[in-house]
Formats: sequence, C-alpha cells, structure tokens
Amino acid sequence: MIRAEQLTKSFDGIEAVRGVSLQAEDGAITGLLGPNGAGKSTTLRMLCTVLTPDAGDAWIDGAHAVREPLEARRRLGVLTHDSGLYPHLSARENILYFAELHGMPRAARTRRADELIEWLEMGAFAARRAKGYSQGQRIKTALARALVHSPRNVLLDEPTNGLDVMAVRNLRVLLRRLRDAGHCVLFSTHVMQEVSALCDTVIVLAHGQVAAQGSPDELRELTGCDSLEDAFVALIGTAEGLG
Amino acid sequence: MRAIATVWRKEVRENLRDRRTLLSALIFGPLFGPLILAASLQFLVHRTADEADRRLEIAVRHAERAPNLIAFLEARNVIVTRVTLDDEATRRAVQARTWPLVLAIPEEFGTRLAAARPAALQLYSDASGSRSDHGVARTKLLVAQYGASIGRLRVLARGVDPLLTTPFVVQDIDVSTPQSRSVTVLGMLSYLVLLAMILGGLYLAIDATAGERERHSLEPLLTTPVPREHLIYGKILAAATFMLLSLALTVIACAVALRYVALENFGMTARLDAGVVVRIILATAPLSLAAAGLLTVVASFTHSYREAQTWLGVVMLVPTLPLVFVGLADWQPSLGLMAVPSLGQHFLITALLRGDAITPAQVLVSVTASLALGVALAWLAGRLYRRESLLG
Repeated sequence: MIRAEQLTKSFDGIEAVRGVSLQAEDGAITGLLGPNGAGKSTTLRMLCTVLTPDAGDAWIDGAHAVREPLEARRRLGVLTHDSGLYPHLSARENILYFAELHGMPRAARTRRADELIEWLEMGAFAARRAKGYSQGQRIKTALARALVHSPRNVLLDEPTNGLDVMAVRNLRVLLRRLRDAGHCVLFSTHVMQEVSALCDTVIVLAHGQVAAQGSPDELRELTGCDSLEDAFVALIGTAEGLG
Repeated sequence: MRAIATVWRKEVRENLRDRRTLLSALIFGPLFGPLILAASLQFLVHRTADEADRRLEIAVRHAERAPNLIAFLEARNVIVTRVTLDDEATRRAVQARTWPLVLAIPEEFGTRLAAARPAALQLYSDASGSRSDHGVARTKLLVAQYGASIGRLRVLARGVDPLLTTPFVVQDIDVSTPQSRSVTVLGMLSYLVLLAMILGGLYLAIDATAGERERHSLEPLLTTPVPREHLIYGKILAAATFMLLSLALTVIACAVALRYVALENFGMTARLDAGVVVRIILATAPLSLAAAGLLTVVASFTHSYREAQTWLGVVMLVPTLPLVFVGLADWQPSLGLMAVPSLGQHFLITALLRGDAITPAQVLVSVTASLALGVALAWLAGRLYRRESLLG
C-alpha cells in the first residue's frame, strides 16, 4: 500500500506539487491522471525516494520514504519515465544487475530472472545486448528489472509512452496480472483510455493538487458527465495540455 | 559494501564491451605513449650526435687582413668561406641563414696587432636561432686560443714566463653516469605514464556519471536499496581499475619501445628492466584513486556526455601540471614535495630510472598523500551524489 500526506515540492521557487495526499491500495490499479506539468512525475519521484519532499510524508507499506528510504525502496518496484537500460548489457544482465543491487543471493537471482523472462515472454531477445531493442522490448526489460525483487508495490511513470497498440495491450494484461496477484499498482498517465481500461481508482492531478479521487464511475457521477474525458476536463477546469 | 563490488563489477564488464573506453585504456596510452617517447628520443639522440660531428662553417669578411688567423682556423678543421659583404648585407645574410656565422676583420686589424694593441673582430650571429649558440661558442673559443698563443709569444719576447699570465686552470669533471644523463631526456617518461594512466579511466568516469544520466539509467539505479555514495564509490573504483590497467600496459610498452632506441650512441642507458617496471607501476598506482576521484567529481557537475568530455579533456591535464613546474624550477626531491600527488610519483619514477636510492619514508609519504587525496575526492563525489540536482 502506498500512502502520501500533504506532499509538497518546489523547484527554484516554482511549486510543482502543492499538498498532494493520496492512497493506493493493494490488489488494485490506481491511475494518476493529469495534464502535462500537473506534477505527476514529481509526485511519483517523491514516492520512490528519488526526490525528497519539501514537506509532507509518504509511506510504502509503512516504511517512511524520507526517514527510511532504503526500507521503502525494498518494498517498491519502479518503472521510470525512460527505461534507462545499459546498452552493453543484455536484458538478462540488466535484470541480474538490479537483483544483485537488491542483495539477492546468486541462486535466487538466476531463478527470478528466468521466471521474469518467461513471464514477460522475453526469451527471444533476453541474451542479446540492449542496444537496438524495440520500445516494447525495452519496457519489458525495465519492467522485469523493476519486479526482480518481487516488490509488493509497483510504481510506473507513463509506462505506455511510445508503445504501439499491441505492446500497450500486452502491458495492460501484465498490470492486471500484477493486481490479481495482490500487488499495489500505481501509474501515471495523461492518456484517458489507459484510465478507463485499467484503473480501479483514479486520482486526478491538476496544478500540483489533487482535483478528485475515486473510481471512474464515481468521477463521472461527481461531475455529471457521461464520458470520463468530459469528467476530466470538468475536473481540471480547462482542456489545455490534454494528451 | 557488497553493493560497491556489484557496481564495480558491472562497470568494468560493461566498459570492457565499449570500444571507446577500450581504445583509450588499452590502445591510445599504451601504444602512442611509448611511440611518442621513442620517436622523440630517437630524434634527440640523432640531432645531438649530428651537432657534435658537424664541421664549423664561418664566412669571413676581408680574410686577407688576417691570413694567420684564417690559417689557424682552417688547421682546426673549420670551413672558412671568404665573402665580400657590407655591414647591411651581412646582417641580412645572417638573418636569412645564408651565412649563420660571419666573422668580420676590420681594416686596422693588422696595424693594431703589430702595435700590440687589442684588435677588434666582429662576429655576426642570430641568437634567436637555436643552433647558432653552439657555433658562436666554438668560434669564440678558437679565436681566444689563437689570441692566447699570440699573448704568450709577446710576454715570452719580453723575457717573462708565460705561465705567470695563467693563474688558473679549470678542469671539467663530469660525474654524470650514462643513467643519470639519460634521465634529463627520460623526464618525459613520467609525464607520459601519468597522462596515459588518466586517459585509461577517462571514458569510464564520463560514462558512469554523465553518460548514465544521459541514458536515463541513473534514476532506476537510485531506486535500488543502495546508499547513493556506495554507487559512486563503485564507479570510482572501476575508473581506477581501468587506470591501473592502462598504467601497467603503458610502462611495459615503454620499456619495450626503449630497447629499440639507440640510447647507447648517446652514452646513455635506460634502466627499465622487469624489476624497475614493476616498481614504477607500484609507485604510480596509488595516484589512480585520486585521478579517478577527480574526474568523477568534475563529471558529476556536467549534464551530458559531451559537456563532460569538454571539461575532463582539460581537467585530466591538472595532475600533470606539477611535472611542468618541476622541469622549470629544477626542484629536488624532498619529503615535502613527495607529499604532492603526481610530483611524488614523478620523483619516484625518476629515481627508479636513475638507479638512485629511495628511502622508505619517501615512498610512505608519497603513497599516503596520494591515497588520502583519493579518499577525500571519493568522499566529495559521494556528497555530490546525494544532491537532488544530480538528476538534472
């Protein structure tokens, strides 16, 4: 479970996130929806301890993100905005490197890497160097790397960016499987279809603040709109910056 | 601690697969360093040998006014060419190197000589030309020898013992050994070795910091349960490892290359047998940590591979600066100077090449100071990696 209370963060005097509180439950997919510049990435980066909030608290399964960052990171699998693979290492080596950094014993590392390569159907390219991977292959590798230590909570920053239709469908299947296995899945997006197709809970961010929080149906009810897109526009108060 | 080893292993493995890093660590330094050294030594040896063998050539104006002097010079293997030029034309000829040395004999030379008054001679040369100094000195020496013989005859004719006019005799005693003579020339070896060592770790230092940021692999790395400073320690150690590799290969390659330079012709021998090679590597190795730390700290401030390359291209010269000063200031090794990283290594390498004695205290001071600087820089890099602006 991921919980945040009044997270605040400024960069050079500009407030990117202004008092964001949210909760993402286990066994559910939570979507962080908002236009570009709404503070989605900054919020996720604070949750995964890469950025330190100016104020506010965050807990990953009870581990405080600022006071016990190493504990929090052990409970988190993170898919960052860019997959960021090492081009001279193969997918398997990329995965094993992170397994080692997580302090997993050798036998467990290999077993888990094999498991993930099979689960994500990466067998065809896992032994090849990452230089020249397709975007879908890159995302799969990065996802496997994020899941290597079997974290209970999974954070994904705009995971469908740059993926073709088939790859997006595959990713949706994967995220649902993670949810069904009891994981807490929190991802950010500015694509409406992702939210309606996947999310149990939607958190709408606008101008660094939470504009609304609830299931897709609740949001439609709240705004009196028929489509989620109209509801979204009504919530953020402008159609500007919609992707 | 285990994470440091993990990062180190991954960086070494990844960079062994990177052509650019491999080229700079295993080819550029170890191949071009010794080649430059051997080529410049060969050039120097040949030129010095030429200089000593070459016959002195002098153009003489109005040679007919001093036939005995000319005969004296020619008897001493000097090529005398008789020319007719005025003062203006002479200056132009010397500047244009048509006649690098022109000796002018004035009209009153004969009469003054006959009257036992000092007779003037004019020697034209261009001091801005590097090769003319030698000729000027040799000409002056020959003319002085001729003058001294005339002087002795004069005092003898007046019934005085010519030895009375020679109160001193200075004898040159050159105590340099072939080895110590070669050191002035081999001084550039320590410079090349240090430069090649730093170059060996240059690309790894860039790749592990600015490169990692540019590829966006830094952020996922920061989400692993490893303290940030441990990540950077692993990277610094990996850069230091590549520097050590480049260092060892360069010293060995230099030792091999020097076998093919005809140093013996120059009365020099380079003491670069296996034992000295190993000791030079060991003496220089402690500097690798400081060099890797320095490059990493600077690269941590840059935002892209290109920016890092630009900065580090300059910064990598910093450790070689003390070596430039030591050449200019003629510093002698002391315990204080041994504590200056890179200068200490220079003194140790030079002493090993000369076959001079090295005290344990000198080695201890140099090693400790270099390692201490390395630890301090690694600590600083660790601090820098905790900054948030690291992500750019």
